[in-house]
Amino acid sequence: MDIQNFIDMFSSLFEVTPKNELRAGTEYKSLEEWDSMMALETIAMIDEEYNVGLDGDDIRGADTISDIFEIVKTRMNA
Amino acid sequence: MPEHPFSLDDKTILVTGASSGIGRAIAIECSKLGAKLIITGRDKKRLSDTFGTLQGNGHDEVTADLSSAAEITALIKSIPILDGFVCNAGVNKLLPIQFITEKDVGETLQINSVAPILITKDLVKRKKLKNPSSIVFISSIAGVFSASPANSIYSASKGALNGFMKNAALDLAKKGIRCNSVNPGFIKTDLSDIKELNEDQLQKHLTKYPLKRFGMPEDVAYAVIYLLSDASSWVTGAPFRIDGGYTIQ
Repeated sequence: MDIQNFIDMFSSLFEVTPKNELRAGTEYKSLEEWDSMMALETIAMIDEEYNVGLDGDDIRGADTISDIFEIVKTRMNA
Repeated sequence: MPEHPFSLDDKTILVTGASSGIGRAIAIECSKLGAKLIITGRDKKRLSDTFGTLQGNGHDEVTADLSSAAEITALIKSIPILDGFVCNAGVNKLLPIQFITEKDVGETLQINSVAPILITKDLVKRKKLKNPSSIVFISSIAGVFSASPANSIYSASKGALNGFMKNAALDLAKKGIRCNSVNPGFIKTDLSDIKELNEDQLQKHLTKYPLKRFGMPEDVAYAVIYLLSDASSWVTGAPFRIDGGYTIQ
């Protein structure tokens, strides 16, 4: 798994945010479209695609897309 | 007839999902009012913990997995005639629509909707419910009075449960069996300690409750006691909201 693939999966959850606004360093929680429902969608997408179960606190502690990616990568290798 | 209409003296009551949370509180509070409990749960150790905290004598505990129709039948065969049945066992999983799988739907509906229907059927068929007696289904405000994000499978299961409750109330009235539901809002239990949500999200959710707190398992238990007792003998087919005012807005 590489980060570009993860960003592609993550960006597929967004309806209106342009894909080119989503990069590894993007602070996704400051995007206008981000809300608590998208946090649940992110958890469900990661469970479905990577078979990793994140919880709400993981999302709370991750500021950038790269931060989420690193958590997923670590759990996949654990 | 007990001395006080709210008493459960000498009533034999089956409570499913009694190993934790709401079910545990229901069993304990019912025992304080004189009921003889038969409690069931999947986790033998935690069920025994509940059993150890019941007041009075003559209670029984049965480990059972209600996802199996065979285990349901074995359970119902083994129990005595009941004055009350509290159908409490339930599961919850937050899942946005596009991530729902057949497995998730099946598991949630099995525990929350199918098992309550099959237990009720077995109790009636084997004549395990007295005339008069009372069934209380632990439902939810979700799917019946309200909706919340990513809660669609759970809502579907509870909506189905309330539909069954209402129709069972009609079908079983001539047998003297009353059927009602308690529909709680957010209750602080292990089940509602939903891992997908963090503390910030819970605090935000709390602002939607006019009474400014989440429910406690005992808040549900006290409503269940009313519906099991003779005080509610003219109440059937009724959903009882216990939600700190959440759904009035």
